[in-house]
Amino acid sequence: MTSASGQPTAVHSGVDAQLLEVERAASRRERLAGTIQRGGALVVLVIVVLLASIIFGARFASVDNLLNILEASSFLGLVAVGMTFVIVGGGIDLSVGSLLALSAVLTAFGSQYGPVVAIVLPIAVCGFIGLANGVLIAHARMAPFIVTLATLLFARGFAFAVSNEGNTIYHVEAGNAVIALGQGSVGPFRVPILIAAAGFALAWLLLTRSRYGAAVTAIGGSEDAARLMGLPVARLKTVMYASSGLLAGLAGLLVAARSSSGQSTIGVGLELQAIAAVVIGGTLLTGGSGSVIGTLAGVLLLNVINNVINQVGTLSSYFQQVVSGVFLIVVVLIQRYLAREQRL
Amino acid sequence: MQAGPVYCNDVLVRGSVEPHPATPTTPVLEVEDVTKRFAGVLALDHVSLQLQQGEVHALVGENGAGKSTLIKVLTGVYQPDEGRIRYQGEQISFARPLDAQLAGISTIYQEINLVPLLSVARNLFLGHEPTNRFGLVDERRMNREAKAILAGYGIHVDVRRPLRSLGTGVQQMVAIARAVAADHRVVIMDEPTSSLEPREVERLVDVVRRLRRDGVAVVYVSHRLEEVFRLCDRVSVLRDGRLVHTSLVADITRLELVSRMLGRAVADVARARTRFADQQHEFGDQPVLRATGLTRRHVLSDVSLEVRPGEVMGLGGLLGSGRTETVKAIYGIQPVDDGAVEVAGSQIATGSPRAALAAGIALIPQDRKSEGIIPSLSVRDNIVLAALPAMSRAGFLSDRDQDAVVARLIEQLRIKASSPDQKVGELSGGNQQKVLLARLLALNPRVLLLDDPTRGIDVGATAEIQALISKLAGEGLGIVLISSELEEVVEGADRITVLRDGAVVGTLAGEEISEEAVMTVIAAAARESMRAADDAENPARDGSTNVAG
Amino acid sequence: MSLAEAARRPLAADRRQVFDWITERGVYVGLAVLLIFNLAFTPRFGELDNIRLQFVQVVPVAIIALGMALVIGTRGIDLSVGSVMAISSALLANYLGYGPVVAILVGLLGGAIVGIVNGVFIAYVGIQPIVATLALLVGGRGLALVIAQGRLTEVFDPTLRILGSDRIYGVPIVVLVALAVAVIVAVAVARTTFGRYVVAIGGNPEASVVAGVPVRRTLLVVYVLCAVLAALAGIIQTARLSASDPSFVGNLIELSAITAVVVGGTPLAGGRVRILGTLAGAMLMQLIGATLISHNLPDSATRMVTALIILGAVFIQRQRGGP
Repeated sequence: MTSASGQPTAVHSGVDAQLLEVERAASRRERLAGTIQRGGALVVLVIVVLLASIIFGARFASVDNLLNILEASSFLGLVAVGMTFVIVGGGIDLSVGSLLALSAVLTAFGSQYGPVVAIVLPIAVCGFIGLANGVLIAHARMAPFIVTLATLLFARGFAFAVSNEGNTIYHVEAGNAVIALGQGSVGPFRVPILIAAAGFALAWLLLTRSRYGAAVTAIGGSEDAARLMGLPVARLKTVMYASSGLLAGLAGLLVAARSSSGQSTIGVGLELQAIAAVVIGGTLLTGGSGSVIGTLAGVLLLNVINNVINQVGTLSSYFQQVVSGVFLIVVVLIQRYLAREQRL
Repeated sequence: MQAGPVYCNDVLVRGSVEPHPATPTTPVLEVEDVTKRFAGVLALDHVSLQLQQGEVHALVGENGAGKSTLIKVLTGVYQPDEGRIRYQGEQISFARPLDAQLAGISTIYQEINLVPLLSVARNLFLGHEPTNRFGLVDERRMNREAKAILAGYGIHVDVRRPLRSLGTGVQQMVAIARAVAADHRVVIMDEPTSSLEPREVERLVDVVRRLRRDGVAVVYVSHRLEEVFRLCDRVSVLRDGRLVHTSLVADITRLELVSRMLGRAVADVARARTRFADQQHEFGDQPVLRATGLTRRHVLSDVSLEVRPGEVMGLGGLLGSGRTETVKAIYGIQPVDDGAVEVAGSQIATGSPRAALAAGIALIPQDRKSEGIIPSLSVRDNIVLAALPAMSRAGFLSDRDQDAVVARLIEQLRIKASSPDQKVGELSGGNQQKVLLARLLALNPRVLLLDDPTRGIDVGATAEIQALISKLAGEGLGIVLISSELEEVVEGADRITVLRDGAVVGTLAGEEISEEAVMTVIAAAARESMRAADDAENPARDGSTNVAG
Repeated sequence: MSLAEAARRPLAADRRQVFDWITERGVYVGLAVLLIFNLAFTPRFGELDNIRLQFVQVVPVAIIALGMALVIGTRGIDLSVGSVMAISSALLANYLGYGPVVAILVGLLGGAIVGIVNGVFIAYVGIQPIVATLALLVGGRGLALVIAQGRLTEVFDPTLRILGSDRIYGVPIVVLVALAVAVIVAVAVARTTFGRYVVAIGGNPEASVVAGVPVRRTLLVVYVLCAVLAALAGIIQTARLSASDPSFVGNLIELSAITAVVVGGTPLAGGRVRILGTLAGAMLMQLIGATLISHNLPDSATRMVTALIILGAVFIQRQRGGP
């Protein structure tokens, strides 16, 4: 706005300098809060591991036990990686548990026809179902919650159908190459651990350093703005859900390879565990901000707690669930507090 | 024809842009006979428009005239029901916004359509981030280039900060920088200055001039006619979906332009522009509302004001000066670290809208869509919502009470709806605003806090609301009025409290009030704070303070 | 409509009117189709015994769905209802020694406490409903198992047996309870200020705050109600089966409840609550399962068919500007 003489009211650099200082301080605070939010899970993980080592000594801190924890984490970890991208992108995928079961069944079923079928069939089917999720969510604009809920039902039903209502449990023959994926080792590390580690590394790179990751984060931050800014939103969302399905398929394959059989009843509630791990890791459930390292910490944390509770013989394992629930709440409370700091 | 700016009563009536030399080449963008219908409403009616290379073409019209729809057709958000679009001579059809962008049409929207959680640099480069040789995003280079680009606009911020941590003016400048950075043939600007401070408006003017020099065509949608006359070569007027005028800007006066927009005779338009009542009325002695020392870290700093019964207190100030935050603090939607609010002498609890309502304060928020109406509920339900406790017995709704009140208010405010049961989301902006007013009036309030009540509303409804404000003041209500149009505040207020950066910097009353006076107060405050900042940065060795000019 | 909304809107208005009609009435059409099909092709479907059986079997889901509809109406969700069923069932079994009335009250109280916890986290602390109720789902199931020490307990009590299996004038008592709950909830939604507040909050939470709606209090009540109804369902289920199995009762029932609500026409985005539709949705899901079973289609087919129906219902719903 100008006065009638047309001269703009001038504002000089002095005010700017003052504002800049306030901005710098605010910027530092924001970034600190953001770092705590994302790195917090890691810190808690370290603390819990240290505590457990002190309290339970060698029972917990032995190499064997730690490797067990890592191995148990690798299956949930792969699923949680896919879930991280979906949630950062503003969505949610409830079908991963059922997809894991379906994949395990198909792996075992397919192993009758050779290792290639055993690997390709489950991953292809789960990837396809994930793709279907993506198409319904991104192109038909349906709510992710309901779509993946329906897929959860569908995939479980499909798994039952293939396994004769759960009556048939296919086994993976001992000589099958697929077994190597689940039970083989490189050095002290079982193959699933390595695969999961590779998955996390790749995911971290993608989310933090690639255009795809930047786009996913943008879509989760504001889908409308991302669309108007020219991002191919529908295509990217489809990719997110397809990847989630693929990763669940991979995880299920590894489970079947590990246990040499494909049970259709596994994975119930796995999606909720994955969501919990992602949330604990600092990713915002509303999307737009997330951390792969955080998810890793979350997955490990959940498994460490599980492991610790099972070590303590006197407490029933039901307490593990209670503790998990309490833990999730505590983490979320901390996150809310930090988010409030960030807003200022 | 006179060249150069022409003033009449200190108002710019004719622009100063030299007419652009006629270019006989094909228009870079053209719509031919474009028609668009929505549920029986004709939003665009056989509109034909040409945009020449390197011209700045203004698109003006009242709200609902079809400007937004035309823009959306041009940018691929809508597809026309009839007609053609030609781009660089070739007929073309955009299925989605991305297609228009890829073709070279860039748009700056009125609402800032960037991603708030992402950093400034990321927003600037989203979709085409610079990559290193591995195909990964080169974040350092991205930040460096972002900083350089924004410095070219005179903006110096930490580009790693999330966008939402910056003021709306800066955010809009980032959107502008993003839109013009790429290689485009056409840039469409939809009300680009709505969030900008005067300093930033000047930068935008530079940008537009530069684009023009580079041969880029600009579509400039604005209701601020000073900008149209200052910047634009040609102007097209839309009214009721039809193109009613196209000409060089130099060939038309402001009054003629407005009369084309409104479809009224020039003489009618030349008269008073707002509908606030002229007559003075009595104010009560004791203030009906008194706010003292409202303070909130980084937002408000010791803001105090008083409103007497029958008085309209305007809040003056630029964007981001704290006007909205002040009324929100009074009403209790935003908490305060310190301060008190009194209604008719009794103090009320801060931070609780329900306490404010109970004491007789009512608020129309700035963003009626997200904070005002409940679109899925009916007109009736929206109106009675705040007053429900009074219209129910033991928790059960009383239809009779509600019907009476609703009918009275619909008639009094002339709310146009098919029935009280129509969903509010289906009404026009003006009628939605009236529903909000009705909700407040159903409470028989003592104080009204009105935050930009006529924003985005057509002329007819605006006039009605302005007249209503005067009438309510006449009935003894105390009113606090905020408006994005300084003219509206100046015309409507009995007193004005001027805010800058969350603090009160002056008050004006009665005869003192004018647009120039408000701007003078703000400018003086700016100089003061600059002086204080200089003192803080350069304290004199002997302890005396600088007396800088 | 805003620019961004416009960029998303694909349909013209006339088609929307058709879809409007289908969404609002679709569940009834589906129900009618199923009824006709079954009366024609399923042996003994129309017999009184079978009709009673269907109604009795739908009671737990129906009751929970009613509470869930309120929660969804506020734009929230409650994933913990299954765990609440387990908790109330375990508490009922544990406190039966003090008499059936006390045991039932304790069971309901357990539900109320979970509801209070949910409500406080969601309304006062500001945690998202999915996260808060997820935590209660995980923790609650564990708690139920702890209370019951992991065991399935058989429940022998004459009062409970009457509650679970007896009839009044041929109508099973549990069905009467469900009907009573439905009437109460329907009246609350349609005729009380509380009901208005629920749909206002779901329609636009920020605007509700500005309009002076007691948002936090209303949300707390909504989550408590939902949990108490879930507890009631757990008690009914336990009474009917004469057994309390905390590791099994209520498993995945939140899915069934949410499905019933959505299929019945209540949008996930909140702002409207359809009681009759919710009941119809619950019955529709029940009949689908029953139809498939009576025609010897396996469990897997039931799940897949249910999934496709959910997708169909939501697909239609989103055309009218749903979530």
